[in-house]
This record gives sequence, structure tokens and C-alpha cells, in this order.
Amino acid sequence: MPINKDVAPTAAEKELRRRTRRGFLGLGIGTAAAFAGWEWLMSGAHEEDDIPPRLRAILRANEAVVRKTIYSNNNLVKTWPASAVGKIKPNGDVGLDDDVENDDWRLEVVPFGQSEAALKLDLDDIRKLPRYEEIIDFKCVEGWSTVTQFAGVRFSDFTAKFARGSANAPSVAMQTPDGEYYVSMDMPSALHPQTVLAWEMNGEPLEDEHGAPLRLVLPVKYGIKSIKRIGRVEYVRERRPDDYWAERGYDWYAGL
Amino acid sequence: MIYWAYDPYRIGFSRFTLFHFFPDTFYNATHVQHKLALGMAIHFAFAWLFAINGIAYVVYTLASGEWRELAPDSRSFGEAIQVAMHDAGFKIPLPPQGRYNAAQRITYTAIILMGGLSLLTGLAIYKPAQIHWLTALLGGYQWARFEHFWLTMGYVGFFVIHIAQVIRAGWPNLRSMVSGYDVTGAEAHHAD
Repeated sequence: MPINKDVAPTAAEKELRRRTRRGFLGLGIGTAAAFAGWEWLMSGAHEEDDIPPRLRAILRANEAVVRKTIYSNNNLVKTWPASAVGKIKPNGDVGLDDDVENDDWRLEVVPFGQSEAALKLDLDDIRKLPRYEEIIDFKCVEGWSTVTQFAGVRFSDFTAKFARGSANAPSVAMQTPDGEYYVSMDMPSALHPQTVLAWEMNGEPLEDEHGAPLRLVLPVKYGIKSIKRIGRVEYVRERRPDDYWAERGYDWYAGL
Repeated sequence: MIYWAYDPYRIGFSRFTLFHFFPDTFYNATHVQHKLALGMAIHFAFAWLFAINGIAYVVYTLASGEWRELAPDSRSFGEAIQVAMHDAGFKIPLPPQGRYNAAQRITYTAIILMGGLSLLTGLAIYKPAQIHWLTALLGGYQWARFEHFWLTMGYVGFFVIHIAQVIRAGWPNLRSMVSGYDVTGAEAHHAD
């Protein structure tokens, strides 16, 4: 039955109109607030490749929550049988342009509190530590993952042997011999029992495109942190030393 | 917002692809390609809004007693089929209903359960090392990714059907959605 416009609206209808107006007004204010909130979140000065500062602050807050609540070096990444190993693709070649012969390569170690390399190690020095091997699902920030075998030495063993006392540093920074690629990480993740300095992948010596002669494997973080062809390891006081992908908008922590 | 750098999303079997998600035209129209870092940051910011909003809704619905009008009961599953067939155009009378019909009760409850599952599968992907038991419970990292993605596709389906139904139901229904009130019985003047 259509509304008869000559008849005065009932009390109920008046009330409903009033409430409908109020409802739409609320909806409008809510929508405007959502737009304003989005603008607020995405605003603020930042480098061209970086993300807006408020989003960065949220990533840091997330990191703080994770590190205070669930992170533990007793939490281990799942390990797999050899039959699960797949073929991992080389992804990223920044810092791998130079030809490094294994015999000429040296790893510079800068202990905590020093500014110069105290040691320049060759591969044989590092191989003297207990061999450690793992088969883990290597996870890329892009979403793919590949079960891969790595062998080398635990970074915690390396630190205890070649940089005594440096485990007290808040962070570790590493870079390629040419300095083109560089990462940094928090000390707990670096000392995680599954963090490895690897020279072997899937039973073969590490190939150039996978970071020969020595690379990092950090299964508690995305692959962007697992730097290939390490030239220098530095134990530092800064909380967030320079990091290649963090400068390009990614979460510095990148923890899994 | 997170899928743009690596784009395996498709419906198909083995190497046969029926439909590739996010065709090139989509990327060209939205200018979101290769913004993975920004997408991830937005994702991990709005996950908080998603969780807080969902928890607030569930707490309010439980505390206010309104869950009684939303939760399906023993008759709902049979009646929902009648409602769906009626809506699809079959000449089947609608069963009697309260504020929400049987199909609405099931759908609105399912969407809340899906929201909870999205949170769990999301956490399983976000921290597969620290919450490894949850990731294992959901079938592993890649299964959790699969589940998380298809739950999201489920919301898209819900959204499309929901909007279509609201348009079909017309102004009095939209008015009641926005105002929270409806006029029924003898005082109703609207055409029905």
C-alpha cells in the first residue's frame, strides 16, 4: 500500500525518520573518520622507497610485542627429512658482482666495542668449529618457500670462538665484501641455535649465486636477512644498524 | 594487499589454469604492483583493527544477548535451504522468522567463525617459527597460506551476495540496517 501524502505521518513514522536521519549521519561521520584515519596513517615525510613513518611505528610496535611475548630461542623451526628437499631458486644478486676466489676470501670480524677488524678468517679457520647441518623450509618475504639443506657452523659457536664477549652486543651487522648488500639483526635471533654460517647447500659446496664461499642462514627470519657471501661481521651497539631491505620499506625485524 | 610481488593465485589443477587471480588489467588499473613492502606494512597494521573490531563485536553480541537472534538453532539448517531457494526464485513460501531468517543466521555466524580462523591462519603464517604448534595444527605453512587466502575469497563472496541482497530487499530494509529499527504491523505504511 503506497503512502498517502495527505495523511499526517504517525508518531512511529516520525520517530523512524528521525532515527534514520541519525543513522545516516552516523554512517557519514564514520566514513569521513575512516578516510581521515587513512590519510593520517599514510602521511608524514619519508624516503622515496620507504613506507610512511606511522606504518613503520606499527611494525616496530609489532616487533616489541613479539620479542616480549612469544620469541624464544627454545622455539625451533620445523626440520624436514632429506626426501622433502626441493630446488631453491637464486633470488637477488646484490653484492655478488665481484669474483671472489675461495682462497683469497677472508671474513673480517669486528668484536663488540671495537671499530676495526680484530680477525681475518679463512674458510679453514671456520671449518674447525663443530659442523652443524639442518634441513629447513627457507621462507621468502615474497611468499614462496623451499625446503633446503644447509651445512656449516652455528653462529653462536662462531661468536663464542672468534668474538668472545660479543654476545652482549644488542645487534649484529653483516655485509658483502663489496659492501653492496648489508643486513643487521637482533642478537637473540643471531644466536638462535638454528642460525648457521653455511658453506654447503643440498649436499654440494655453495654456488656463487647462492653466496659462495660463506652465507648466513637465519631460519627465524625471512630470507632477505640470510645474506650471501659475507665479507664482514660486526657486533654493534646500535639497535637497528643499516639494513638493505629495511631501507626499502620492509620490516627491519622480519621475524618468523 | 600482500600478494602483489609473488602471484601464484589461480584456480586450476597442476599446470592447467582455469582462472589466474589478479590479471594484468587489475595491476594496471590499481597501480599496486611491486609494492610488497607497503602492502605488508598495511596488512600488519590493519590486522589489529580486524582483530579488535571482531573481538568487540563478539563481546557485545554475547553481553547484550543479541546472539540469540543471530545464532542458528536446530531448525535453521533445514529452513535455510527454503530461504535460499525462495531467494533464488523458486515458488517456495518463506518459513516464519525473527529479526534474521535462517540463512542469515547461518551466514552471519559462519562469517564470525571465518574471522576467527583468519586470525589463526594469519598468525600461523606470520610467526611459523615462534607459534610452530599452531602452524602444524593448521596443516603446515603452505596449507595455512592456502586457508588464509580462501577465507579471504569467502569474504569477497559474502560481500557480493550481501550487497546484492540488500539492493533487492530495498529501502525499508536498508533503513532498518542503518537506523537499527524497523516499523512492523499495524503502523507500517510502506508497501510490502
